[in-house]
Amino acid sequence: MALFIQLTLTGLTNGAILALAALGFVLIYKSSDVINFAQGEFLLIGAYVIFGLVAQVGIFWPVSLILTVLIAVALGVVVERLVLRPMIGEPIISVIMVTIGLSSLLKAIVSAIWGTIPQAFPAFIPSAPVKILGATVGEDRLWALVIAVLMLGLFNIFFTRSREGIAMRAVADDQQAALSMGISVKKIFAWAWSIAAATAALGGLLVANIVGVSGELAGFGLRVFPVVILGGLDSIPGAIIGGIIIGLLEAYTGGYIGQGLNQVLPFVVLIVILMVRPYGLFGQEIIERV
Amino acid sequence: MISGIFHSSYEKDMALRHTHAQKIRLVILIIALIAFPFFANRYYLTLANQVGIAVIGAIGLNILVGYTGQISLGQGGFMAVGAYAAGLLTVRLGMPWWASTLLACAVTALVGALFGIPSLRLKGLYLAIATLSAQVIILWVVTHWTGLTGGNDALVVPDPMLFGLKINSDFNFYWVVWGIAIIVTLLTVNLFRTRFGRAFIAIRDQDIAASVMGVDLFKYKLLAFAISSFWVGMAGALTAHYRNIVTWERFTVDVSVLYLAMIIIGGLGSVTGSYLGAMFMTLLPVLLTNLGRAMKGSFPVLETILPFIQQGAFGLVIILFLIFEPEGLNKIWKNLKDYFRLWPFSY
Repeated sequence: MALFIQLTLTGLTNGAILALAALGFVLIYKSSDVINFAQGEFLLIGAYVIFGLVAQVGIFWPVSLILTVLIAVALGVVVERLVLRPMIGEPIISVIMVTIGLSSLLKAIVSAIWGTIPQAFPAFIPSAPVKILGATVGEDRLWALVIAVLMLGLFNIFFTRSREGIAMRAVADDQQAALSMGISVKKIFAWAWSIAAATAALGGLLVANIVGVSGELAGFGLRVFPVVILGGLDSIPGAIIGGIIIGLLEAYTGGYIGQGLNQVLPFVVLIVILMVRPYGLFGQEIIERV
Repeated sequence: MISGIFHSSYEKDMALRHTHAQKIRLVILIIALIAFPFFANRYYLTLANQVGIAVIGAIGLNILVGYTGQISLGQGGFMAVGAYAAGLLTVRLGMPWWASTLLACAVTALVGALFGIPSLRLKGLYLAIATLSAQVIILWVVTHWTGLTGGNDALVVPDPMLFGLKINSDFNFYWVVWGIAIIVTLLTVNLFRTRFGRAFIAIRDQDIAASVMGVDLFKYKLLAFAISSFWVGMAGALTAHYRNIVTWERFTVDVSVLYLAMIIIGGLGSVTGSYLGAMFMTLLPVLLTNLGRAMKGSFPVLETILPFIQQGAFGLVIILFLIFEPEGLNKIWKNLKDYFRLWPFSY
């Protein structure tokens, strides 16, 4: 039973981090129908920038945090303007490929600046073990859970209450109709990319705090795919629930069966779910016409 | 002044090559291919063999992605199946290399069709992710089924024998690789003049419309996965026989991305494009390495960041091609030909 609680806690917190990374995916997909294969690299950049600012330059961490978010927003806007905007109206494979190319380029830039040796992350988030129901879990992992839930709430308010959020949903629904209602689609895309980059930077910060800063962080992008597909590419609650399901699944298989099965099981589940529900658990079904 | 190519008989209309210029270019190409190994040194022969294997793999992927419109990120996994099947059949069962290669292709075709089953219900992004899971699952099986594959240990494959001759040099292997590449090319070019090939193209252009016209989507999508994986398996099997060694590191997700980059930069839905893309993506890192070495004296910092420059250039080339020439090298080649054909007029 103790093992079960321990695994559940680990799974929940891992799932929360996965969900946080998945939010960025969903946000971009929701507003612009683009799946961003470079999301893992956005995490990587976020982690390295804050590492550079806190550990190498020596800026007080709350200031660094704000600076990192600003840099991420700038990166999102630049990427959207230079790389993604020429791709509007191109076939899906081109859009997939351009973000793959982007991921390669970003990873190369990060490795050229910071090298490839893993580094310890400056400890400003407390990571002392906390006991809950007889199981121990790092405090930083609990923070990840809290931040993920907080983000979900914020995004929910953003999409239902704020002007920009509602405009973003309108663009996702029908770009032409949104244009004719006076919404600037370009501005909305820039918004989506900068918010996605900022959440990815925050996610990267949390992951780096748990596993250390290294190029491996980008591989996290790959682990997020089962999450977003499971939840449905265009559903924010789906991203959270998908994240928690995958997190728990990984923790249970890792704890009870082992042998590295936890790395591959999410992908097996992914294929099975896609066979039954091709648009994920909460994704919107698209009706096609010839 | 030529205003276009017009056909007055059905034979001419069906011909693969219509004009004298095309025929002359083909003859020159064949002579160059035959003469190349007698003049090139070992370094260039190695590159030529790598390009040859890449060409076979790229044509295979192009059948699926470029002609049938089913996005696949599982190329690396399917190549791993081909390489391990060929290696294991040779080592464990003592099969001659050609038999193990053919069987490996068949095995890969089966595995490809199996992972193609989701394609019936999935499209675009969702299919890309489903094939990505094929890649992850195959590599996991390869590294964890230690009893069969040896897991993380490399599988050592003996040199192939042909007509009692050991094929252990780049010179000998050149003939094998390029001989197979030409057979693959001929079969693929002709595939798209049969009902199967036309069905593939119809599925790519609009699958619902194709289904209304009587194309059995399930059958033809699986067939596309099988045929494509057959050639991809061939590329994997040849890698095994050429390198004499099979390790899983050679078939990661990066390989899937590399091959997708080849066919996109070369030109989707074009055999010529597969050739150009395979050549470009194989030779680009080599060129950068040589450039880096040449400039090492004046810029010593290049030595340490060279691998990152290669990685960055890979990404940059993909982005630039997609933004400025989405139809790839094949289109550039066509424009070049048109320019000289219509010279001095622009059109």
